[in-house]
Amino acid sequence: MNVTVTVNGQETTHDVEPRLLLVHYLRDVLGLTGTHWGCDTSNCGACTVWLDGLPTKSCTCLAVMADGHEVTTVEGLGEDGALDPLQQGFVEQHGLQCGFCTPGMLLTGRWLLNHDPDPDEATIRLAISGNICRCTGYENIVRAVRWAAEHPDGSGSGDGAAAGADITQEATA
Amino acid sequence: MTTTDAPMADVSRSPGGNPLGFGRMLRKEDARFVRGHGTYIDDVNLHGMLHGAVLRSPLAHARIVSIDTSAAEAHPKVKAVLTGAVLETLGLAWMPTLSGDVQSVLATDKVRFQGQEVAFVVAEDRYSARDALELIDVEYEPLPAVVDARRALDPDAPVIRDDLEGRTDNHIYDWEAGDEAKCDEVFRSAEVVVAQDMIYPRVHPAPLETCGSVAHMDKITGKLTMYTTTQAPHAHRTIYALVAGLPEQKIQVISPDIGGGFGNKVGIYPGYVCSIVGSIVTGAPVKWVEDRSENLMSTSFARDYHMHGEIAATREGKILGLRVNVLADHGAFNGVAQPTKFPAGFFHIFTGSYDYAAAHCKVTAVYSNKAPGGVAYACSFRITEAVYLVERMMSCLADELGVDAAELRMRNLLRPEQFPYTTPTGWEYDSGDYPRALREAMRIAGYDELRAEQAARRARAAASSTAESAGGAAAEPLMGIGVSFFTEGVGAGPRKHMDILGLGMADGCELRVHPTGKAQLRLSVQTQGQGHETTFAQIVSHVLGLPPEDIEVIHGDTDNTPFGLGTYGSRSTPVSGAAAAVAAQRVKEKARLIAAAALECSPDDLEWELGRWFVKGDPEQGKTIAEVALASHGSLELPEGVEGHLDASVVYNPPNLTYPFGAYICVVDVDPGTGVVKVRRFIAVDDCGPRINPMIVEGQVHGGLADGVGMALMQVIAFDGDGNNLGGSFMDYLLPTSMECPSWELGQTVTPSPHHPIGVKGVGESATVGSPAAVVNAVVDALQIRHADMPLTPAAVWRATQGRPLRPDLAIE
Amino acid sequence: MQVPAPFQYERASSVDDAIALLERHGPEARVIAGGHSLLPMMKLRLARPETLVDINGLTDLSYVRVEGDAIAIGAMTRHAELLDSAVLAEHYRIFADAERVIADPIVRNRGTIGGSLCQADPSEDLSAVCSALRVTAVVRSAAGTRQVPIREFHLGPYESVVGDGEILVEVRVPIRTGIGSAYEKVERRAGDWAVAAAGVFVQLDGGNVADVGIGMTAVGAQHFTCTEAEELLRGGPAGAEQFAAAAAVCARACSPQSDQRGPEDYKRHLVGVLTGRALTRAAVRARGGNA
Repeated sequence: MNVTVTVNGQETTHDVEPRLLLVHYLRDVLGLTGTHWGCDTSNCGACTVWLDGLPTKSCTCLAVMADGHEVTTVEGLGEDGALDPLQQGFVEQHGLQCGFCTPGMLLTGRWLLNHDPDPDEATIRLAISGNICRCTGYENIVRAVRWAAEHPDGSGSGDGAAAGADITQEATA
Repeated sequence: MTTTDAPMADVSRSPGGNPLGFGRMLRKEDARFVRGHGTYIDDVNLHGMLHGAVLRSPLAHARIVSIDTSAAEAHPKVKAVLTGAVLETLGLAWMPTLSGDVQSVLATDKVRFQGQEVAFVVAEDRYSARDALELIDVEYEPLPAVVDARRALDPDAPVIRDDLEGRTDNHIYDWEAGDEAKCDEVFRSAEVVVAQDMIYPRVHPAPLETCGSVAHMDKITGKLTMYTTTQAPHAHRTIYALVAGLPEQKIQVISPDIGGGFGNKVGIYPGYVCSIVGSIVTGAPVKWVEDRSENLMSTSFARDYHMHGEIAATREGKILGLRVNVLADHGAFNGVAQPTKFPAGFFHIFTGSYDYAAAHCKVTAVYSNKAPGGVAYACSFRITEAVYLVERMMSCLADELGVDAAELRMRNLLRPEQFPYTTPTGWEYDSGDYPRALREAMRIAGYDELRAEQAARRARAAASSTAESAGGAAAEPLMGIGVSFFTEGVGAGPRKHMDILGLGMADGCELRVHPTGKAQLRLSVQTQGQGHETTFAQIVSHVLGLPPEDIEVIHGDTDNTPFGLGTYGSRSTPVSGAAAAVAAQRVKEKARLIAAAALECSPDDLEWELGRWFVKGDPEQGKTIAEVALASHGSLELPEGVEGHLDASVVYNPPNLTYPFGAYICVVDVDPGTGVVKVRRFIAVDDCGPRINPMIVEGQVHGGLADGVGMALMQVIAFDGDGNNLGGSFMDYLLPTSMECPSWELGQTVTPSPHHPIGVKGVGESATVGSPAAVVNAVVDALQIRHADMPLTPAAVWRATQGRPLRPDLAIE
Repeated sequence: MQVPAPFQYERASSVDDAIALLERHGPEARVIAGGHSLLPMMKLRLARPETLVDINGLTDLSYVRVEGDAIAIGAMTRHAELLDSAVLAEHYRIFADAERVIADPIVRNRGTIGGSLCQADPSEDLSAVCSALRVTAVVRSAAGTRQVPIREFHLGPYESVVGDGEILVEVRVPIRTGIGSAYEKVERRAGDWAVAAAGVFVQLDGGNVADVGIGMTAVGAQHFTCTEAEELLRGGPAGAEQFAAAAAVCARACSPQSDQRGPEDYKRHLVGVLTGRALTRAAVRARGGNA
């Protein structure tokens, strides 16, 4: 059946099976592979996107359920090729190692900051408690969110080759 | 050898603002990851690609009576169905393991663990492949299963490996190290002997990304391109050549970005082999990516060591001897990955950080009806088990003697003047100042204040009326403090002692400085999040003074990188990092000769400052590396014996392992009514020598500490009496979240390795090795009991306090 | 990742439309709301409905409002909304207590109270909460609306009275004065199902218990409650000794099963501990204190 979903601000229509999971729609049909998956039981949060602005596990949602709705993925963060301050914060604070949980963490973290611009550590930990990370032990993720809270304009540190400083390509869908 | 507490002095900065060498530098790889532009295995899509899915056994032990794949083959979107019978015709139904055993690729006669691979479907899309699995009809004849390792050698235990000729039981090997006679003598005459049984239960590394491959056998060129989640791409290539009879020069293994390895992505899994065969049969690329339950049920688990430890000491708390018997459950096939000469890995490093006069260990390995594996999950080849054993035993001894846990350790730690130190089982520790690290951890923790707080709480509790019965207000939590001091041996290893399947564990790298002074460094190791793209650039920068942003690190493609054994066991920095440093040294020395030619002087007239050779006494006269690079590619007449270009290629054979160490302190509060454990604080002081990038080192430690909390409190793969895997999903196999982890408190000491070219030691697994004992020690300290087995779930804690402990590896009844 | 078997999909435009779709597609049709119980089961192929009737469009079923002597909660109200509800915070803090430990914050954006109750998982926290508060479930069919006391709603594990062609539309919580309520749960890890949990409300009249409701989850308690313990408390002093006695009755009366969360004796012990703590905290709150 036909579904029309607005993904990262762009409306797109495809003919899909009802059982197609939203995560597969995003990854395999739209080619937006930034959203990952890591489990079968809706526990890990690697697949977190926004559905109508709310963090949602896209592995536990059907593409057809998103018909007529809005989805935001990691590719939709930031503006005009510039990193979202939270993305910058993850770089500044070493909030990622393998990068696999990172898109989900970013969507959850950005939602938190939009609703609570100055969250304390306990609030951050609670907010990301549905996102599993195997690499970082969470400490630097918390620091990354704090960094973004303290740098809402995302001004860089003096730390040198901030990742992406020499990246000119646009994120493509 | 000096030890410092202070971080490295400030180094100069590159034009990009990065340290010219060691120091905090933001990661280059982050640019793609934060944008969601990493390329992980499931992001790899080739033209015409098909999808594979594995049919797995629901039973732990059963004879296969028949397999009917006709309905699956008739599915309109199915392109091929493989079974053991099909693979047998290609000689691929069985494959050698990394331990000299064989493992079934697709089952032929029997299935030997729940989740074992039975058939492989190749279809047009992943949904159809999944549907087709249900169309395969397998008839099984169930057999009794061996689930309890302690029963595996019972005379009436079912024989699991009847595929092996002459096999009449489930015994794999006995292995021992140390001096049994000397131990017997020491224990006989010792004033104090403390014995303790303990389990390091079966756990699983569970990286967030599961394992997978995209196999493309190009019929026309005869080339196999194998994208795989592998921590050891070259080893995989050689093994495919040996096992599948494919010409090795026509195999290219590519590791894309890997979403966590932790030892789960070292071995070759049946799914990979099936994807290759699927590609050969269909002529199209075949992708196979396992789901989470497959990952947990069939890929390399970790640990499963049932240990009996005994410690002998004087009444004053001077340790004399340590001995341990281990029952090792290897699952249905012996598939552990460790150097050939060490079937129990490095377990015999179990004397740990202490001066034991006598030590002996015996490891008995058995088969069971469970998935194969055992060496994985940041174990440094069983050092996790060894450290857990000795650190629990030390705390048991402290408990027996009524001596403070930190104090007992301080009395018995190896002293700096004893280094290099050879352990009773033959390990030569390179360097260490252990008491300093322990003192630093105690200082950061405020250890004395913590013990005072604990004493005050205990006094209050003793004075007040019984806690919980007062109608339900929660009683005051029980406070516990646990200490763990670990020594790791990482960076396998010297090729005369260490090989895997006959492949020596030397690793290499290749450095090329281009005419414009930018460089490429090709590595034989494989990052899965450790930051090699940044740290290895920093190593070269440290030696040569080239800006790290000008050094591109290339890895993960066997066609474009030198041979090596890959990344696990914290070996990258000790081995390949050494190779990088040596390569940079060689480039630097060659640059000297070329600079001298360009400056028309003798090489002896030149002095080095970072990035530049200059004439002694006339510093204006010099050549930067970039200038030398241009000259070396140009028309400058080069001295006799000096070739053009500015490259170096090194294979590094480490003379020894490196021995990082650390002191950890954990503070917990246990709810006596419910048994819930809250980790209040965790202090970790690590010494891995100089830190190439302190930010990355700290990140590695943070991650390993979370592993410790997870294993100590919640992680286990248990089985019921029929061999059903009770940890086959993230609903059952629990991983720590941000809520269970405290804000880690880190410290450092710096004791360089005397034999590593830049004095650094590995660190990736240190925290996973050292932390579980700290948490367990803290909980038993809180409960004032001698021992309780991990995972210390609320139920396990409560049962321990009742004197009726749970066995974590079996079903709870 | 695992994926569901094929099915037909319908989107309901109203409650009546949903009911009509259920009737049309018969007993192999299932309603899907948040989907965080149903979809995981479908992915594992433990559930294979032939048709899914998506009721996420029924946004007029999402509300928490005072209606006379009850708080009416629409069945489509999400867990996150229950957690944040000012109305519930004012009257029944047990909801926020429970929601804080139901699943994780992301799942709570989608899961609904209706879905949770109808899934009838024996470990569902909201089932214990609703049983403690003795709410009424409002079920609609083509024939009309019926009110089902929550203690008659669940028939057994994964089985409720909501039949074919019926939809749970609302939950009504009686408003009570002078009460405090609380929820206590033990889980092995944040987001896990309960090892055991207890939720209560206590209505005080001076120093006595005028009324009480007790709910327990994950321990096989009949209708998620223990009426014997409630009767024991009613009319008596709101004291530590009485609470302990009631908690002991709860522990005896439930039927926990041993599993990897814990052995039966531990779960029984937990029921005693958690019920006692919930009663104590609820009583403090009833007296205006903060607990």
